Amino acid sequence: MKHHLLSTADLSADDATLILDTAGELARLADRPIKKLPTLRGRTVVNLFFEDSTRTRISFETAAKRLSADVINFSAKGSSVSKGESLKDTALTLEAMGADAVIVRHWASGGAHRLAHAGWIRSAVVNAGDGTHEHPTQALLDAYTLRSRLGSLEGRRVGIVGDVLHSRVARSNVHLLSTLGAEVTLVAPPTLMPFAIESWPCSYSYELDPVLPKLDAVMMLRVQRERMDQAFFPTEREYSRRYGLHADRMAALPEHAVVMHPGPMNRGLEISAEVADSARSTITEQVANGVSVRMAVLYLLLGGSEPAIGTENDEGGAR
Amino acid sequence: MTNPAMRVVLDASAVNRALTRIAHEILERTQGADDAVLLGIPTRGAHLATRLGERIAAVEGLKLPVGTLDVTMYRDDLRLKPTRALGRTEIPNGGVDGKLVVLVDDVLFSGRTIRAALDALGDIGRPRAVQLAVLVDRGHRELPIRADYVGKNLPTAQRETVQVRLTETDEEGDAVLLGIKSAGAAVKEATK
Amino acid sequence: MSAQERQAWTIRGARVLGGEVRDLYVSDGVFVDEAVSGARVVEADGLIALPGLVDLHTHLREPGREDAETVLTGTRAAAAGGYTAVHAMANTDPVADTAGVVEQVWRLGREAGYCDVQPVGAVTVGIAGERLAELGAMADSAARVRVFSDDGHCVSDAALMRRALEYVKAFGGVVAQHAQEPRLTEGAQMNEGEVSSVLGLRGWPAVAEEAIIARDVLLAAHTGSRLHVCHLSTAGSVELVRWAKSKGYPVTAEVTPHHLLLTDELVRGYDPVYKVNPPLRTAEDVAAVRAGLADGTIDVVATDHAPHPVEAKDCEWAVAAMGMLGLETALSVVQHTMVETGLLDWAGVADRMSVRAAVIGSLEGHGRPLESGEPANLTLLDPAASRVIEPNALYSRSRNTPYAGLKLPGAVHATFLRGAATVLDGKVIDR
Repeated sequence: MKHHLLSTADLSADDATLILDTAGELARLADRPIKKLPTLRGRTVVNLFFEDSTRTRISFETAAKRLSADVINFSAKGSSVSKGESLKDTALTLEAMGADAVIVRHWASGGAHRLAHAGWIRSAVVNAGDGTHEHPTQALLDAYTLRSRLGSLEGRRVGIVGDVLHSRVARSNVHLLSTLGAEVTLVAPPTLMPFAIESWPCSYSYELDPVLPKLDAVMMLRVQRERMDQAFFPTEREYSRRYGLHADRMAALPEHAVVMHPGPMNRGLEISAEVADSARSTITEQVANGVSVRMAVLYLLLGGSEPAIGTENDEGGAR
Repeated sequence: MTNPAMRVVLDASAVNRALTRIAHEILERTQGADDAVLLGIPTRGAHLATRLGERIAAVEGLKLPVGTLDVTMYRDDLRLKPTRALGRTEIPNGGVDGKLVVLVDDVLFSGRTIRAALDALGDIGRPRAVQLAVLVDRGHRELPIRADYVGKNLPTAQRETVQVRLTETDEEGDAVLLGIKSAGAAVKEATK
Repeated sequence: MSAQERQAWTIRGARVLGGEVRDLYVSDGVFVDEAVSGARVVEADGLIALPGLVDLHTHLREPGREDAETVLTGTRAAAAGGYTAVHAMANTDPVADTAGVVEQVWRLGREAGYCDVQPVGAVTVGIAGERLAELGAMADSAARVRVFSDDGHCVSDAALMRRALEYVKAFGGVVAQHAQEPRLTEGAQMNEGEVSSVLGLRGWPAVAEEAIIARDVLLAAHTGSRLHVCHLSTAGSVELVRWAKSKGYPVTAEVTPHHLLLTDELVRGYDPVYKVNPPLRTAEDVAAVRAGLADGTIDVVATDHAPHPVEAKDCEWAVAAMGMLGLETALSVVQHTMVETGLLDWAGVADRMSVRAAVIGSLEGHGRPLESGEPANLTLLDPAASRVIEPNALYSRSRNTPYAGLKLPGAVHATFLRGAATVLDGKVIDR
């Protein structure tokens, strides 16, 4: 039975804790001269990226190679504009190549679900980001980073600020952090807040300043400049003034609070250079932790006859 | 809960006597153990390593580096069972290069765990020598592996199971039990 | 008249409109008072007799998308579903915006012979929403078009919609609007609601449908011309139509079978078989449209039968085509959602699935009483049967049914088109 990691909403608190604990063990690998474990030797892991992302792809590639898996990088062409090979045909090709796991980043929400449930492949599927839906390993490495800086996440207050509406990182983090017992507050202008936000397991505010003094961590989301052209906010200046994390706002945070950003940053728009480079910022640790967390996910999905986490193969679709 | 089919072959005092004896043997055979490092294999091997370290300190006043070595990632039978959780690996500060590493485990059976431990150790560094201390050697080796220090040699049948209890992990106190348990548990034991 | 059409029939012991049990006699394409010698007998004990169903909204895809469906395969599917007449929507390739194309579609229907095909004419040239198409030419053609629709797209320009409503008064036409404000639904993938916010799919808000309906019912009143609202899907839309009717405005409305049963919760698995326009809505909307159909605010059930080839649905949600099959399952879905829940009786089903549609479409000979002298367009339904919907067993060329694997009540036993049996014993009779 193949399991998948498609969404943090599918992870129980035990699953999530297992991943983070395993990542903690695997992090020690970085201190050794030989940064390799033989565990996934002979397994084939495919990076199937329909959207460019050198960072995430390299992170997964490193994780798979440290576990001695063979890695194949498949940069798929094909968007709603330039129709290349269909997702189905690409999947069938991978199946023929004998992939044990497919790490997929897709521009369409639900892209990873279709790959996992359409019956085209038998591999385990790891969602590396699908449209504006989810990015589970990002949320996991964010939680890992928070845990290593703050200790237990139970009762911790985390703010997520920015274009929540279009953010898969925000969705994954809201599910995961609330599962782990943290209290999440979303902050965004009303135009960038998801519809039906009241039904989400978190609170929300249209103003940043009242929220900051109560937070243990604040996560800044990237704001795309194109959204300005679609009338989501009037000017960059106004956005930065009302929702940007600059030095004054950073000073309003409690002393122990940390600043996070999934990257890539728009220095000067949602976050000032000063804040990004400050000691409170966990931005570079997040990148390092990404490898350990992704190693943990690959190990837990592939390192046995049955995975230790994840959604089952025959769930999700209505067929 | 002790299964009535299991019988005690080593009680608490026997266990502790065995550990004391092993501690002395280590000191003897290594001529003072100056460059020794004790690495216990989690879970119970780790506790035994700690106890050995304490006894050696009590006897010689010598505080040996004590750590743990989890071998899960190096096992040869990973694909036979669902993915296992990892145990803790903590290598003491001085590392293992050029040291005499004494691996510590509770039961030596097929020898595959120790084979995995040797592979794991090899990726961490290059000890000058590796020795093995076990509380119980129950025979039925499947690989050319032997223990240097043995608490008790215990002849067993393949289908029997050996259970080690330690106060650090089990309520009932130190003991080694032998007997026939459920089929599931026998499979679990057989892979040590 | 062909040999099939000359066949006489005696239908024994049917429950006419679910009520009185009596025999029906057919001869030379019409109902007659007495049995005729040489008549074939159909034992109809326990079967419901309905006037042949009329669909106001079908996509037959020909010309242009024959890989999905043709007039032949689509009308066979229609007959299997109990239909004797379907209105073929104009968003074909080429678009049905000229007398030439509508006559072609009409002729293909006659040649196939399984079901009457009444072509719908586009409101604007190429369904581009810019200039009126030659509505008069289409009305005067052999196809005698009376229903005009840009379905697939909304006639969103208020001035153009006003002109269209005015213009069709000359020939008793009706404009059937696909209500969707384009600026509020750019890139929309599914209903805007709790589910869409979690799934990260761009929402199609109810207001985008309701705002257009609100405007159009007022335009209908202002111009004194008939408006028909296609595939109405939200509670708000039902209220707007109810209000408009209470004011006596010339407005009619339709609902699809799938909007009577399915909700946006089904999208959680990202299976594109549930992708449709207008999208599946919430449970509250489903309850409201059922109530609207029951009290007559919604006049007809129209399938919006939208066949798509396999590759158009075997992909990511965002690139999948919108639309579901409907002809072969409509009656069963209506039985399940409206009759079994006590909201509508069989006489009501006859009204909403045949009588009113024929009136709105100005379609002669269909939706008539099952009485002597009337054309013998008849559907016999076995309400006690049930079937598990199997996509590969459908007569349609396509397979995109949202009910695959579902057990639905009722099965069409026989369909008669002007006295010729198109379906007998539940199977389509080849012509």
